[in-house]
Formats: sequence, C-alpha cells, structure tokens
Amino acid sequence: MAVKERKKLAITGNQAIAEAMRQINPDVVAAYPITPQTEIVMTFSQMVADGRADTEMITVESEHSAMSACVGASAAGARVMTATSANGLALMHEVVYIAASTRLPIVMAVVNRALSAPINIHCDHSDSMAERDSGWIQIYSESSQEAYENMFLALRLAEHPDVLLPVMVMQDGFITSHGVEIVELLDDDEVKEFIGEYKPLKPLLDVDNPVTYGPLDLYDYYFEHKRQQVEAMKHAKKVYLEVGKELSKLTGKEYPYFEKYRLDDAEVAIVVMSSAAGTTKAVVDKMRVQGKKVGLLKPRLFRPFPADEIAEELGKLKAVAVLDRSASFGAGAPLFTEVRAALYSAGKSVPVASYVFGLGGRDLFPEDIEPVFEALLSGNLPKEESYLGLRD
Amino acid sequence: MKGWKEIPIGGMIVDAGNAKEYKTGSWRSIRPIWNEGKCTHCMICWFSCPDNCIEVVNGKMVGINYDYCKGCGVCAHECPVNAIEMKPETEFLGKDGE
Repeated sequence: MAVKERKKLAITGNQAIAEAMRQINPDVVAAYPITPQTEIVMTFSQMVADGRADTEMITVESEHSAMSACVGASAAGARVMTATSANGLALMHEVVYIAASTRLPIVMAVVNRALSAPINIHCDHSDSMAERDSGWIQIYSESSQEAYENMFLALRLAEHPDVLLPVMVMQDGFITSHGVEIVELLDDDEVKEFIGEYKPLKPLLDVDNPVTYGPLDLYDYYFEHKRQQVEAMKHAKKVYLEVGKELSKLTGKEYPYFEKYRLDDAEVAIVVMSSAAGTTKAVVDKMRVQGKKVGLLKPRLFRPFPADEIAEELGKLKAVAVLDRSASFGAGAPLFTEVRAALYSAGKSVPVASYVFGLGGRDLFPEDIEPVFEALLSGNLPKEESYLGLRD
Repeated sequence: MKGWKEIPIGGMIVDAGNAKEYKTGSWRSIRPIWNEGKCTHCMICWFSCPDNCIEVVNGKMVGINYDYCKGCGVCAHECPVNAIEMKPETEFLGKDGE
C-alpha cells in the first residue's frame, strides 16, 4: 500500500499532541496548566488565539474544575478534550470517574509524571495507574509519533456508539513530552474526514428531547449501570482494532493491542510500556547479534487489558520479565499483576519476574535491561519484586 | 425491575417526570399499622406526616400509603390515642406480594 509523503516537523511530544488537537478542532477544551503537560494547552491555546482552531477554551481554577467543565460540555453535546499530568490528574480523580460512568467520550492527553510526595516533576506512571479502574480507556505511547496518532484513534474509539467511554492517551513526561523528534503529520483534511462529524447520543442542548444526566442511582440500578460499563469496555477492545485498521490506511502503520518486537522466535521477553520500550528494543538488537533469543512485548492498550492475546504470545516463552514504571505498595506492580494473572487464567505456567524502574524520572539504561534478559535466559529469576537503577 | 441491557446508559433519564414511578417506600424499615377501631380521625397524623402518606376521604382517615411512607414513625409518636403502631418490616417479608 502506497502511503503518501507527509509533512515532517521537528517538534516535542507536547507540540505533537497540540497539532492533533488543532486538527481535531474540538468544540471545547477546558484545562489547567501543570508540568510537564503545560506546553500542550499553551501551544493549543495559541492556535485558538491565532484563529487556527474554533475551540471554546475554558480556563479554569483547578483540574477538578477542568474535568467538571469537560463533563458539562460533553453532556451538552460538544466534542471535548483536555490534558493533564500527575497531581492534576489526581485532583481530577473524582470527576474522572464521573466522566466514564456518565459515558462521555472525552479525550484527554496525559503526560505521565510522578505523583507527590516528595514533589517531583519527572516521569513515572503512578498518575495514570491510579486511574486504571476509573472506567477510562488507556492507551500508552512510546514516542511523539505514536502519541500523535493515538489521539485520532482515541477520538474515534471514544465516540463509537458501541463504546461511548472517555480515553486517556499517555506519553512519558519530559522523555517524550519535551524531547524533539521528527513527527510526520497527517493532512488536516484527512484528519477531518477520518474523525467525521460528532453526533452526540442524547445532548442536553437538544431541548426537544429533554434528558437528565447524573441523577441519584441507588442499589436498585447502580449495579446495572456498572455492568454496562463492563460491556462497553469489551466492545472497546473490538472497536479499537477496527478503528486502528482504518487509521492504518492513512498512516501505513499498525495499531495492535501490543507491539511485538522480535518476539515470534524469542525464548524470553520483557514486557514494558511507553518510552522504555525504545531502550529495550536497542538492547534486544544488541543481544540478538550475540545470538541470544530475546524479544519485547510493548502493550499499547492497557484498559481494556488484552489478557487473552498477551497470554497467547507470552505463553510460548521460557520466562518473562515485566517492567513497571510505578509501584503498588504492599502488592505487585500494576502491569506485572495483569500479565501474570493473564498467564494463569490461560493455564500457562511461564515464570514471570517483576521489576520496578524509573520512579520519579530515574533513567533506565541499556545496562539496566541487559542483566534482566540474562537472568531470564539463565532461568535464575528473582523471586521478589526487583528494582532497576536503584541504589542499595 | 429492568435488566442492564434494557436501561439507558450512564444513568441517563430519558423520560420526563418519571420520578413519579419511583416508590420511595421501599426504603422503610419499620411500618406504621393503623388501628381503625381506636382512631378518632383527629387528623394529627395527617398534619404530621412529612410525606403526605395519610390517606383521607371525606374528612376520615382511611389508611396509609406504603408506596411512599418511609417509616419515620412521626404519626405513631403524635397520635393522641395510640391508634398507630410501628412494626418491623421483617414481619411483613413475603406477605405483601411485593
């Protein structure tokens, strides 16, 4: 399939998201600045001020208000987007659940940053992992290019009539958000055609068909509404692939649940999300030259979690290590527990080791990853959660 | 009661005025039982009931609306001739055809 020559810009991950937002041209954006996300809304609001987007920008006094304004605007029938990081996302928490439970297809760019305390502005996944049970779809991006394209995927997925759930698109704070990379942009017209016109299900502003959003819902119906959310997530898994195939026609790239990197003939593999997957790929290449059969599985879609598909891939291996950029104090790290549970449910007894890395922006080096592969190859896996790049 | 496949998503209410169909009496844990023989039709319970559940026809009390009575017990407390007694709902389980 011939994919046409694209406009290429040297931009940051944040600027790539702002470009995607300009091309989507949402009706409403409500946001509050927080490092490292600030550049997204700063860049986008400049675009609005310059007349390059028609969006109603709502500047609010907190992230709780930002998501609340998004909920109101979305219920009114608008196409709505926002962006945040870390403590901002934590402050939104209450309304993050409300957006999902009210089934509002809001798209939010999350620039992953460590939650306080101690206060830290650099990358880890503690912020978005804290929202993993909120009912939002979560897509993690390795690069600016992926983050840019995931925004279009997210929008179509959110607004699909069988889904109607909000979507978070993650990228790594500073590493991706402030790193300048070449990003290939779609044409504005292509994006416009791909996303189509938004047709809200039951907008509040349709005065001829009045509806109530957010009523009291007690023990008689609340449970049924939660079951509907479970079902919507099942639909999301299917729709994700369908929308991905459509996007592939434009970009020539694929949008699977997870990326497999030299995994098909691998004996052992690392599972890791976002920018650390790039570093891991370099280590895989180096060790492959040495004849070592190592591979990578990089989940893109974390909610809904493609458990069966991941178990099928990893079930063939001799050993697996899961690298988490967040900890769950007193229990297993989030990605690790999902992967191990997936294997157990599929009846696979592959040994799985858990490594936590990169908290508060601690760099992950190839020299940290290589010993993990060596441990997997030797069959000498740590029994307990281990830490990469931590001083003893 | 409707199943999860039959109701609008997100807790949306799509029919105007359907609060009328919501029987809040299901919250009740104690039930007022009216003794017609003792009742003097003084209307103190009718004045006192916060949910307008005392049913009156032609100036006479005729009963209590259990669809909306929440069992607060104010009627029984205020009745000057003890014509209303509060009984636990557990005594009526399975007996109301509910």
